[in-house]
Amino acid sequence: MTANDIFQETYTALTSNKTRTGLTMLGIIIGISSVIAMTAIGAGAQRSIQASIQSIGSNLIIVTPGAQRGPGYQISAGRGSARTLRLEDADAIASQVASVKAVAPELSIREQVTAPGTNTNVSVIGTNANYPDVRNIQIDNGYFITDANIQGIQKVAVIGPTVRDDLFGPDTNPIGQTIRIKGLDFKVIGITTTKGGSGFNSQDNMIFIPISSAQRFFAGDTYVTTIDVEAENQQVMTQVQDDITSLLLDRHKISDPTMADFSTVNQADIVATASSVAQTFTILLAAVAGISLLVGGIGIMNMMLTTVTERTREIGLRKAIGAKKKDISFQFLAEAVMLTFSSGTIGVFLGWLISFLITYLGIIQTSVSFFSVLLAFGVSALIGIIFGYYPACRAASLNPIEALRYE
Amino acid sequence: MKPISDMLEIKNVTKTYGSGNAAFTALCGVSFDIHEGEFVAIMGPSGSGKSTLMHILGALDTPTSGSYFLEGKDVSKLNDNELADIRREKIGFVFQAFNLLPRATALRNVMLPLVYEETNPEERESRAYTALKAAGLGEEYFSHLSNQLSGGQIQRVAIARALVNNPSLILADEPTGNLDSKTGEIVLGTFQELNTQHGRTIILITHEPDIAEYAKRIIHIKDGLILSDTPNISKKVTYSL
Ligand SMILES: Nc1ncnc2c1ncn2[C@@H]1O[C@H](COP(=O)(O)OP(=O)(O)OP(=O)(O)O)[C@@H](O)[C@H]1O
Ligand SMILES: [Mg+2]
Repeated sequence: MTANDIFQETYTALTSNKTRTGLTMLGIIIGISSVIAMTAIGAGAQRSIQASIQSIGSNLIIVTPGAQRGPGYQISAGRGSARTLRLEDADAIASQVASVKAVAPELSIREQVTAPGTNTNVSVIGTNANYPDVRNIQIDNGYFITDANIQGIQKVAVIGPTVRDDLFGPDTNPIGQTIRIKGLDFKVIGITTTKGGSGFNSQDNMIFIPISSAQRFFAGDTYVTTIDVEAENQQVMTQVQDDITSLLLDRHKISDPTMADFSTVNQADIVATASSVAQTFTILLAAVAGISLLVGGIGIMNMMLTTVTERTREIGLRKAIGAKKKDISFQFLAEAVMLTFSSGTIGVFLGWLISFLITYLGIIQTSVSFFSVLLAFGVSALIGIIFGYYPACRAASLNPIEALRYE
Repeated sequence: MKPISDMLEIKNVTKTYGSGNAAFTALCGVSFDIHEGEFVAIMGPSGSGKSTLMHILGALDTPTSGSYFLEGKDVSKLNDNELADIRREKIGFVFQAFNLLPRATALRNVMLPLVYEETNPEERESRAYTALKAAGLGEEYFSHLSNQLSGGQIQRVAIARALVNNPSLILADEPTGNLDSKTGEIVLGTFQELNTQHGRTIILITHEPDIAEYAKRIIHIKDGLILSDTPNISKKVTYSL
């Protein structure tokens, strides 16, 4: 049989029972596309988690008041509740710990903020001039709090774009206007650039004021809620973290490190934890997808086996008029290959399309991996070929009369 | 060595289907020679083993015991591929129940043996045309799917398929069973012409004595045994188209 003849036989066979061919293809398509889409969602989620952690700063170490809790991933554990960190601790870290690039203390309060006619409930953060650098935020308009603002204990505020939208409306320029925080008027001096991101403590929905003003007007003492420390580079992170810990233990006169009244979290740890969570999520999705691939595969097996059984008479006839065993098995192989490859291609395309749409519609970031494409395609092709080819080979080795009489 | 004029020779051929209690012996030791150019009719009641014998002669099935020489070759010793070659090159077989590929056109069905022979496509088509015309199928049906043809038309396609590879041995299992007497006569005429003018060896199974009259020799079978094997004296006048 020539290649052209095989193609013609295959084409006729596949088009003559469109429903069955269609259903078989559907099984493969669903299996493959779900594996691709699900792993793409998993990988994309993993990436976007990493990216959003990266966006909170670089080489960041966060010191929070409260008891140390194990390896301590709980960024917000005890935040604001324990009063153990003082502004002097932040100054000490800045001046005494080596390889520290910048330190930004935070005094965070939740307050009702009003502008003429509107109000919103946001986080008000008292901090210093280092904050934009340490926490990786940019100023869109105006300027950030300066040392002069802090020394003068001035009532000035830098607001996030969400706050601007809520209080003044989008596309307005509120610089120079006043907002009222707990009955005190603050002059808006700057607006931060949109960072996106959502969920807890979006930096777009914050108001920054000089730390001195926050302490004077709202807290009434020198405690802070967080100290953000930026290390000079990735390599010194652990060292800096250890140095901060011993310095603060020393300052707080605590000899047993397990009794520390503060905790430090290193950005690398957060990344690692979040990544492992995301990875678990990916594995879960992949498992679900794997099951659908398996179910699809069983569908293919079933279809192929019934096809061959039904077509045993045809195989007998072909042998009776002089087809060799290899002509028959080759024909069925070609059929299985064509079926699985065409639906495999559609499945890959569909999986990619689903991933693309999910990203496009802004549901979640996705990232299609070559490996998942290869795996999904490989598995279905293998199933299709094995279960299309071997029963056909078996039928082809019957003698023509046995095959013709087969019911 | 067999003389070349011996087209085929079977000796003590038996065929047993199944095994144990369910075993059924359809042929109980059949022997005969058929020479090149003979036109033989095999007759016998239903279930007497005619089709079984024919399948063995057509290299479609193997005897349980006994020997079968086709053109001097021991068919029982051939492997699967060699049997396929024999079927493709030497034998044209018309089945009792016409086995056509249902999803293929009449023409494609007839071309199929040539597809396996790897004849080039143009030649295939012209040979299939010739064979279909010789078998008496109207040209308007050539491109019909075989499941859209009448029984008689299907039969003609089956005959055309048996003729298309110019086999030296033509085996037909009740080829006229489904045809009206006129078409039946035309078909038999075709066989007779192939026999007398082209020297093809023909073996034909039939129930009807009328049809057997066309043959030069009649073998009667009953219960898997040969009852009689006689030259046909009262042979009908050669039918000519
Ligand atoms: N595959 C098989 N398994 C078991 N028994 C079979 C098989 N094929 C045929 N037989 C039996 O062998 C006997 C001969 O069958 P065969 O088909 O040769 O008859 P036949 O002479 O062609 O009859 P008919 O004229 O009705 O076509 C029958 O009794 C049949 O039941
Ligand atoms: Mg029969």
